[in-house]
Amino acid sequence: MQEIRNYTMNFGPQHPAAHGVLRLIMEMDGETIIRADPHVGLLHRGTEKLAESKPFNQSIGYMDRLDYVSMMCNEHAYVKAIENLLGIEAPERAQYIRTMFDEITRILNHLMWIGSNALDLGAMAVFLYAFREREELMDVYEAVSGARMHATYYRPGGVYRDLPAQMSQYRESPWHKGNDLKRINSWREGSMLDYLEAFTSDFPSKVDEYEDLLTNNRIWKQRTVGIGVISPELAQQWGMTGVMLRGSGVEWDLRKKQPYAKYAEMDFDIPVGVGGDCYDRYLCRVEEMRQSNRIIQQCVKWLKANPGPVMVENFKVAPPSRVEMKEDMEAMIHHFKLFTEGYCVPAGETYAAVEAPKGEFGCYLVSDGANKPFRVHLRAPGFAHLSSMDTIVRGHMLADVVAMIGTYDLVFGEVDR
Amino acid sequence: MSDTPATSLAERLAARFGDTLTISTQRNEITAELAAADLIAVATALRDEPGFRFTELIDLCGVDYLGYGQTEWDTTDISWTGFSRGVEGQAMGRFDWAGRPRGNDEPRRFASVVHLLSIEHNRRLRLRVFCADDSMPVVPSLTLVWPGVNWFEREAFDLYGIIFDGHPDLRRILTDYGFVGHPFRKDFPLIGNVEVRYDPEQKRVIYEPVSIEPRVLVPRTIRNDADLMQAKAEAADDWQRN
Repeated sequence: MQEIRNYTMNFGPQHPAAHGVLRLIMEMDGETIIRADPHVGLLHRGTEKLAESKPFNQSIGYMDRLDYVSMMCNEHAYVKAIENLLGIEAPERAQYIRTMFDEITRILNHLMWIGSNALDLGAMAVFLYAFREREELMDVYEAVSGARMHATYYRPGGVYRDLPAQMSQYRESPWHKGNDLKRINSWREGSMLDYLEAFTSDFPSKVDEYEDLLTNNRIWKQRTVGIGVISPELAQQWGMTGVMLRGSGVEWDLRKKQPYAKYAEMDFDIPVGVGGDCYDRYLCRVEEMRQSNRIIQQCVKWLKANPGPVMVENFKVAPPSRVEMKEDMEAMIHHFKLFTEGYCVPAGETYAAVEAPKGEFGCYLVSDGANKPFRVHLRAPGFAHLSSMDTIVRGHMLADVVAMIGTYDLVFGEVDR
Repeated sequence: MSDTPATSLAERLAARFGDTLTISTQRNEITAELAAADLIAVATALRDEPGFRFTELIDLCGVDYLGYGQTEWDTTDISWTGFSRGVEGQAMGRFDWAGRPRGNDEPRRFASVVHLLSIEHNRRLRLRVFCADDSMPVVPSLTLVWPGVNWFEREAFDLYGIIFDGHPDLRRILTDYGFVGHPFRKDFPLIGNVEVRYDPEQKRVIYEPVSIEPRVLVPRTIRNDADLMQAKAEAADDWQRN
């Protein structure tokens, strides 16, 4: 009889299904995985070390670049850790804005996920549909911060500025003209909140469209049902959080269990899976988009009715207004000190976690009382999830590894940091 | 002290583990410090006993306490020429690989910090284990208690050189293949050691010593937070007036 030996296969780091720069070394028996060894770190930038060498505020921008599809959630964890140590709290309006943008970010993330995961598994169209709505939310990011992705919008003590009273409109161009332009701009006539109101009333029908394409799709189900089954015990052993944990039936969501910002006041449901396979996690994420939509609606309603400050009135951590700076010497000095030296954070340590779209994103911050953090550790959900890869995919087929990478919702900015 | 959930957990920990743990509570966050020798027994108990049930290990990271509380700019003492210039110091942005500080008298530099989560009781707990020997920092591995710690320990080994005794596969994880040193240590230069580029003549990627000059734009200072408190009081005043 002919002897058949296992062989080793290299996957990535340059592979369209690797979601960035994952390198997988797989030991195969035919098409079956015997062992999978993910090599990460190809995108390691030493964010934590860089943060140690800069004043606190200058690292907020780095947080956007960790998980670069859920930017503001990362900022939230970092900013929350600093606020913990400083003992300050953002004004109520800022808390609502943060809640709203966390949920906008969640939709952005899940749209990216549904598009790319479907693309990996052979469904081309979903990607195009998902990016249509993603673009609309990117405009919100841009309206509020000036940047489509890396917003640096959250600051210790609040948010950088209040929501714009006028949503910016598209100008006529070779790409947007005629009725198309009119349609795009029709939502953009009022304020940003009006725009979001229009978006949220429309978005559930868009989610229906994605579901039409996938939920009962035979190929989609063949690729995901019963694939990558994770038991609740296994999920906890491997430090899984977010949808990876909820997909297995564990009802755990920081927004409900350890509420931060204004989540305690929000009315929303937490979808939980039953079987713990890729399909259940897909259903959870789709439902999360609908729930996020609900939260955004509630925030928009509150924000429309309640104007107010969005930043603490503490010039040691927040800059004074430009007008004040022109008239008041004290304000000028505060501004100068804040942007050169920064502020000193009382000595101590804290761990602040938020329910990021991918799971628990945490920031462990140690301060020795200086104007720079002594140690920042960023707990990325993707890092913990990916480490379980070997355990989960053993015995699966090669093609299922792609389904698994997709369901982990990996972004290498946060895995490698 | 009010009977917040955090204090009751702290009390239960103290009652169960006694002197093994040194417990401190800050802002409802509990930190328990323990000796490396006790780690596995305590961790197993924390995971399994019904009163604790820390079934999830959320995070493990290394910390290098070298230079904790040191500043580069003295803002308290003033001489007749004014304040110090803030251009000297030992911060990691100030030296290169050859000039990195060697030999230190900091006792117990390295620590491994673990964050646990109990889903059943909705509690968090932080454990800190200091390594006894700085030249060879060793901590027992938790991989048999929580398998998910595997990569976190690899990361702490890679970045800090902390050795996790009993880890099944203690390889580097985040740094480059063939990397030398442990980059997150405080005596590792911020600019790094080597840089890579593609060499068109040799037609391959080559490693060269870094060409960046080390520099620090903002010196590290420690200020008493009294002025922060004052600002807070002022702000409160303003609020009342408005």
